[in-house]
Formats: sequence, structure tokens, C-alpha cells
Amino acid sequence: MIRIINLFFIIFFLLSAKAYSLIEIDITRGNLDPLPIAVSPLFQDDSSKRNSINELKIENVGSEISLVVENNLKISGLFNPLSKEAFLQKPDIAHLKPRFEDWALIKAQALITGKVIIEDKKLKVEFRLWDILAGREMMALAFTTVPSNWRRVGHIISDKVYERLTGEKGYFDTRIIYVSEEGPKTARVKKLAIMDQDGFNTKYLTLGNELVLTPRFNPTSQMVTYLSYFKNLPRVYLLDIETGTQEVVGDFPGMTFAPRFSPDGKKIIMSFAKDGNSDIYTMDLENRIVERITNHPSIDTSPSYSPDNRFITFNSDRSGFQQIYVMKSDGSNVKRISFGKGLYGTPVWSPRGDLIAFTKLHKGKFYIGVMRTDGSGERLLTENYYQEAPSWSPNGRVLIFYRETKSNDKGEGFSAKLWSIDLTGYNERQVQTETDASDPSWSSLLSN
Amino acid sequence: MNFSKSFRNTFLVILLSLIVSACATKKTTTTVEGQMQGDVYTGTDTVKYLADGVPDRVFFATNESILTTKSRDTLRKQANWLRANSSINVVVEGHADERGTREYNLALGERRANAAKDYLITYGISADRISVISYGKERPVDSGSNPLSWSKNRRSVTVKAN
Repeated sequence: MIRIINLFFIIFFLLSAKAYSLIEIDITRGNLDPLPIAVSPLFQDDSSKRNSINELKIENVGSEISLVVENNLKISGLFNPLSKEAFLQKPDIAHLKPRFEDWALIKAQALITGKVIIEDKKLKVEFRLWDILAGREMMALAFTTVPSNWRRVGHIISDKVYERLTGEKGYFDTRIIYVSEEGPKTARVKKLAIMDQDGFNTKYLTLGNELVLTPRFNPTSQMVTYLSYFKNLPRVYLLDIETGTQEVVGDFPGMTFAPRFSPDGKKIIMSFAKDGNSDIYTMDLENRIVERITNHPSIDTSPSYSPDNRFITFNSDRSGFQQIYVMKSDGSNVKRISFGKGLYGTPVWSPRGDLIAFTKLHKGKFYIGVMRTDGSGERLLTENYYQEAPSWSPNGRVLIFYRETKSNDKGEGFSAKLWSIDLTGYNERQVQTETDASDPSWSSLLSN
Repeated sequence: MNFSKSFRNTFLVILLSLIVSACATKKTTTTVEGQMQGDVYTGTDTVKYLADGVPDRVFFATNESILTTKSRDTLRKQANWLRANSSINVVVEGHADERGTREYNLALGERRANAAKDYLITYGISADRISVISYGKERPVDSGSNPLSWSKNRRSVTVKAN
């Protein structure tokens, strides 16, 4: 279903060993002892280096790809990439057959080796993952793509290694759409921006002429839904990020907001506000039929489907304050699930189906947390002055959200940044963006 | 393009420094008691006037859209002014403070704007002369992160539309 821009991967061998490997990583608990891994630079011969300079203005794209891999693995918090200065074996020799004792000596438990060739305007890459302790190859893959895709090659290698060693899909060949912010608080200029998950390849999708908020990816295509104040009419829009075409979603006589796609990508669910009351509606993207899902005089907003499309979690103040509710996707069987102290907002269903992430406000502090879908097992992952709007990585292991800092009486000191944290509550880190940023949404895996 | 951008930037810098200096001079007054009742702003710092004696905005308590006695008084003045100026249409803008989730605040701003609109209607102003728009927490008038700043931002503002 997922269309891939300019990318044709031909996987020509997958000799992966069925053999037992000694190394594996448990990602269900906080990992305080990341796996030492050596990422050898991908070998590139001299004629290929010349082509690399011609095609990409990069002398050694093999080294660059290995740095992408190394950075991804490090950011995951599960791996500890070792310093290349300690490596004893040359990349080309290691790729043929590593001398396992040499790698064991520097305490590597796993090793990635590879080779790149650029010829005829094609980038050919092969890589191998080695288990140093067992002294054997764990995986070997090769593919061909266009040279400009070299960063994605690094992300795909990272995903394959992550999957092989953790048993779960990775999340590196993905993108983040967010709102870029500039200017003073009272006149903030906001633009839609998209970047690779590691902060590279930032592109701005709007010019900042109108206020834009809350972009969200379609999990099955390169479509985005967001709120735009175009012509001062706040409405939900649909944007195709490949073609740049956009349209208003539905024909509502008032503000529509808080949009999100259904997991099958066929519907948009959102709030429609009229006469002081916000309720939840869906619009089918094929036949454009609009359905009203809630009908209550309170505020109903921030809807999010379960991955099987059968349930919806949403935010309502029908109890008097903001709380989290779950209902069947036809709007029946509404049940409140948040009962802890404080206010709860922005519920978002995990792609694995078992958890709902949320924002909580209690005693002047904001928390990002998770609870089971019946409201039990509430766990707060991080506390701060202001943070909200978690979005799940496609494998359901990491949350990305935004955090704002307090300003002084003059409005100085304010910032908005993206942060990520593992479901375990460990590995909290800032996600680099060119400008201030908010409202992040994580894409599905672009390949496979 | 570059010229207009740098012009805009210069403008922003000037604007910002005006705001900053305004805040600096205001600082003595913000510490003065009596600008809030409960957590509803009762001061006049940010208030503009649609006409002489007709304030353009009313203020709300945290998470509330209930009109206070003072707000109703302000809205009756607006209604009188609208009745006397029957060619004027208005937009009521609803706003929230920065201490709430973005989407809920959009809904809350819409609720506040409609509370003001409904009151104007009960005082005889035709519904088709009043439109509403919610900005949620996107357009604060005071950029501080303190209870007084937040109270100024929890507001609905009546703006001339023509």
C-alpha cells in the first residue's frame, strides 16, 4: 500500500542464519546496559568514490551510511556503538570474514559490515550482521536504489538490525510531520514541516501565511490531515505530500479540528464545533459520507481509533472536567477510563492496541503517560512544566511529544521543542529540529 | 522577497521591543493586588474599546465559559452599541490560556465565544450579525507564564467585522 518515492529495492539474497544467536535484546524493560555494537564503515573502492563525488558531492558515502546507522542505533538507547578508532580490521576484509577475536577484544557483541558501489547512477549496497560471541553471520542483505536515497539506505539497515536483534519491527525509515514555530508568543508564525525521524531532510510544506496546527499522517499513504486557518476559517484539510494538492475535509458550517486518520486510512475522524458545543464526526474519504459519532452538550475532542478500527478513545469534559473515554466506533458504549487525580487529554491508541498514551495535568505539572485501554495500569513516563500531544512510533515502543518552557513576565525564555521517550520511561531525549517545533506525528515505516 | 522578509523581521523586532518595554513599565502595576477576582482578570491593561465606554472583551475563569456579573455588564454595553450601529457586524474571538492541551482549548475558545454571542443575542442583537472564531491558546495577548498573564488570555474579544 505504501508508495515509495524513487525507490526500487531489489533484495537479492537473504542468507540469514536460522542458527541460534547468543545475542538478543529485551526491549520490554528499561535498557540500562545497551548492547555494544561495532558499525564498520561500509567499504567503497576508489572508482566508486569518484562516482560518489560526482553523483552526491560526498567522497565516501559508505562511511556516511554507517554514521546514519550508528546514530539511529545509539538514539534507540538499546545499542552502544563503539568508537571506530578502536577497530582493528579494515572494512573490506571485515566484510568478507571478520576476525572475531579482534572484535571481541574491543568488547563488541555484534558487528555490522558492508560494501557500497556507485555505478551507472545506481547505488548498490550490501551489508552483514555478525554475532561476535557465536562467531557467525546473523543476516546478510543487498539492495539497489538511486544514489540520492543513501540516508534511507542507512535507515533501512538500522531497521533490519533492530528487527533481527530485538524481534520487533524498527522505526528508523520513518518521517515526522510537525508544526515549525517562529516569532514571539503573541504573534507566532507556524508552518507545516516534515523531516526524517533523525532530524535530517527538513522540508516546509506551508509558507506560514496562515495558522496551521495538529498535522497527522495517514498510516497507509503519504497523506496528511491538519487544521488550517486559511481565510480565517479553521477547518480540517487533507494534504497529499507527494503532489502538494490539498482540500477541505467535508462541508461543515463551523470549525472542524482535532483530525486523525482511521488506521485503515479510509476515514478522517475529527471534532466539529457549533454553537459552543464540540462533537465527534467521521468522514469517509471514498464516498465523502459524514457521520456523527457523539451527540452530547459537553466538549468531545481528540478522537483516536484503536488499530482494529473497532473502538475510539476521545477526550470529553462531560463529567465536568477533561477526562478520557472509550466507545465503540459507532458511538455506542461510552465509558470513562481515566479516574486518577487531575485532568486528562490527548488520548492516542498504541499501534499495538494494548495501551493508550495521554497528557495529564495535575497540580500545575504536565505528564505524558500510558494506561491500558480499560484505564488500568496508569504509568506516568515524564513530568514537566508543559508537555502534550504524544504520538507513537509505528512499532509502539517510543513516544514523541512536544514540550514548552516557561517564559518570564516579559515573555522571554519561551521555547517549544520535540522530545521522545521510550515506553519504558527511559531514554528521554530532545529531537533536533531547525526551528522551534510542536504537534509531532510519526509516520508508518516507509518501506516493507 | 528578501527585502520584504527583512522588512517584516525589522517590524517584528520593533514590535517585540515595544511589547518588551511595555511590559517593563507595566511590571510595577502587575504586582499590585486587585487585578483578579478569583482567577478572573478584572483589570483594564489589555482592554480596547469599540466606542467610548464600550470595552471589547470579557474574561473567564480557568476551564470556564460562565459569564461573570462584570462580563454581562460589558456585553450589555456592547449590545447597546450594536443596536445603535445597526450596520456593524462583529466577530467574537474566543481564547484560552497556555495551560491546556491544544485541541481541548480550541473547543473551549469556541464555547467562550458562543457564551458571549448568546448573551448579545438575548439582548436583541440578530445572530446573523455575529460570527465566532476560536483561536484556542494560539493568540495570547500577554506572553508571560504566570497566573495574571493567563487570566488576561482567557477571554472573548468582540471585533468589528466590517
